[in-house]
Amino acid sequence: MTSEDLNDGFVVFDRVQKSYDGETLVVKDLNLSIGKGEFLTMLGPSGSGKTTCLMMLAGFETATHGEILLGGKPINDIPPHKRGIGMVFQNYALFPHMTVGENLSFPLEVRGLGKSEREAKIMRALEMVQMGAFVNRRPAQLSGGQQQRIALARALVFEPELVLMDEPLGALDKQLREHMQFEITRLAHDLGITTVYVTHDQTEALTMSDRVAVFDDGRIQQLDPPAVLYEEPKNSFVAQFIGENNTLVGEVVEMHADKCVVRLDDGEIFDAKPVNVTRVGDKTRVSIRPERVEYNPDRLPEGAHTLHAEVLEFIYMGDIFRTRLRVAGNDEFIVKTRNAPDQVRLEPGAQIEIGWLPQDCRALDA
Amino acid sequence: MADTTAGQMLTTADGRPLKQALARAQRRSRLRAIGLVAPLLVFIVVTFIVPIGQMLHRSFHNEGFTVHTDIGSGTRTPIMTDLAAWFDDNPRGVEPDEAAFSALRDGLVHLGELRAAGSAGTRINYGYAGSRSMFTKAARRADKLEPPYRDAFLDLDEQWGDPELWSVMRNATSSYTVDFYLAAVDLERNPEGAVAAVDENRQVYVKLFVRTLFLSVLITFLTFVLAYPIAHLLATLPLRYSNLLMIFVLLPFWTSLLVRTTSWMVLLQGQGVVNDALVGIGILADENRLQMMYNQVGTVVAMTHILLPFMVLPLYSVMRPINPSYVRAARSLGATSWTAFRRIYFPQTVPGIGAGALLVFILSVGYYITPALVGGADGQLISNLIAFHMQRSLNWSLAAALAAILLAGVLILYWLYDRLVGIDNLKLG
Repeated sequence: MTSEDLNDGFVVFDRVQKSYDGETLVVKDLNLSIGKGEFLTMLGPSGSGKTTCLMMLAGFETATHGEILLGGKPINDIPPHKRGIGMVFQNYALFPHMTVGENLSFPLEVRGLGKSEREAKIMRALEMVQMGAFVNRRPAQLSGGQQQRIALARALVFEPELVLMDEPLGALDKQLREHMQFEITRLAHDLGITTVYVTHDQTEALTMSDRVAVFDDGRIQQLDPPAVLYEEPKNSFVAQFIGENNTLVGEVVEMHADKCVVRLDDGEIFDAKPVNVTRVGDKTRVSIRPERVEYNPDRLPEGAHTLHAEVLEFIYMGDIFRTRLRVAGNDEFIVKTRNAPDQVRLEPGAQIEIGWLPQDCRALDA
Repeated sequence: MADTTAGQMLTTADGRPLKQALARAQRRSRLRAIGLVAPLLVFIVVTFIVPIGQMLHRSFHNEGFTVHTDIGSGTRTPIMTDLAAWFDDNPRGVEPDEAAFSALRDGLVHLGELRAAGSAGTRINYGYAGSRSMFTKAARRADKLEPPYRDAFLDLDEQWGDPELWSVMRNATSSYTVDFYLAAVDLERNPEGAVAAVDENRQVYVKLFVRTLFLSVLITFLTFVLAYPIAHLLATLPLRYSNLLMIFVLLPFWTSLLVRTTSWMVLLQGQGVVNDALVGIGILADENRLQMMYNQVGTVVAMTHILLPFMVLPLYSVMRPINPSYVRAARSLGATSWTAFRRIYFPQTVPGIGAGALLVFILSVGYYITPALVGGADGQLISNLIAFHMQRSLNWSLAAALAAILLAGVLILYWLYDRLVGIDNLKLG
């Protein structure tokens, strides 16, 4: 990212660092620029610093070093209530002693809006999440999904330009979660709101976002649109963290411009695309997505290297087949195939040859 | 359902009525539950309900002037029956005539035989000071008195002719009486039978009730003011620090009440630590030492300290589960920290405030030891007077009446609380 990008963004983290105890950095040198109207997801395992970043943006934590800009203005010294940022919390944080209507009225009251104006806005926000009939209910009388919608409506009712969401779907069951993922993205795009979304669920990140920032160890490991992130992970962490991934450990023996040859510890060799290996002799972890593995020799390109594999387990999952193989001593090598009429069902114990296109096989850091 | 038509009784698979089968199936566990609760129930009935019931009964029932109970044998002998009959025949306002004094004389002779003049005199003494000795003296000489008895009695003591004494005796000839309740609120029945306030210099109880109420409200308020920030700190600190702090809050519980009260005496007295310190750093001249003990200040300070945990604990228990994200949500929605506290945090702590206030108030209304030790004359509460009547004046009926009024007051407050806040909102920790 160039410094020009940084200045253009609607939300900008400029060399931000954060430490709670003065001994370790929770966030190490964060540079991030979020465009207006963008849906950006911060994805990472717990303790990776993503929630801390969100809290700094919301104003509940102060940056130890560096500057956070909102709309071009530094906001480090602006208290949270003056930032005008909508926020949806993990536990929804609906005020239990107020009705749904009072909850939504709260941000409007503290802004001094008149009664009729408030009511119009409340109804509009509730209609937006299809909860118009629930205005007089208490939060305790609502289901998790309904509370989620109200929390969303409350964060949007005062028409903020930026909305932060801290794992908002964590407490919902799978079906509802998928439904809400869709609704949140639709709302965000319809209203043109800039959204920063924090989650540890990679499916959520991939399906909802314009761009995903993968956090680990207090740094952004990769910041890219979902497709790039999945198909072109920049390092082993991202490859492991996003989607399912097969890893083979070996050493680079040949190095070309867009191709390298990797020798595994047991002597087998195959082609891979060099990503962060630079010279012969580098140790590497090679990453191949399970759905890119091919065991039908007819579909492999001419001259592709193949590896020997033994089928250990065949799992029928309905839409896909999941086959566990032993490849070069790795017992957890997974192959996913679509349940098509002509698809081969591998029997445990079968000995097969597997291969892949060189560009699907990425040689990453060890 | 398909297999049960309307009006037909539901049965089990082998044809027994379902209700009967259910009752049988649950009988064992129900019996076990009763068995487990029974010891406590018996204990409470024997040590709590029965004594309190007896005490309350005593507040409107006193046989001191109607029945003598022999302590050794337990025999009950009616006394002063002739006098009671004379009172029945002659309404209030009738001057006691020769017949009345004759009945009094017979009664006193009887009392002398029973050696009960003292206890009967005590009963009258409650309403007419100094009459106990008149009774014992008269009972000793009753059989030697010659008619006309009226003059004979007046020879013994002028006061035998006092209409007020006769009014008191008239009231005492019935075992059931509201006199003690009247006395407990500084009222009495004058010789004409009307209810009137007692002399101003004898009015103590209402003043004490008011003072008790006022000091209890003050102490409740002070504990609230002190406890709220502490409870908030406890609730927001990380667990390992808050546990340490909690020990400091609970420490007073593990120390004897007497030790705590006497340490306040050490601190507050004229030559005590606080005064010495103030004199030492020159804020106070040696001759102007503050009087912080044996007055209301001492009572309030010591009781506020002693009752503080009862406010901290319920507050803590409601504050602990309040998720910090509520206040954060309010802040992110545009509220200043004060607004967020006032409209979001504070309302959620109200059940704890209610519980703590109720607890502290009820405890302080009936508090005894601390005011007795540090209260002096000025800082006494109604319970000290109840204790006085239980232990010194032995007017148990009056003590019971005072206690009953106190109990009624507390119950009314409890009822009010239930109406206003709802008792199911109460969180005691």
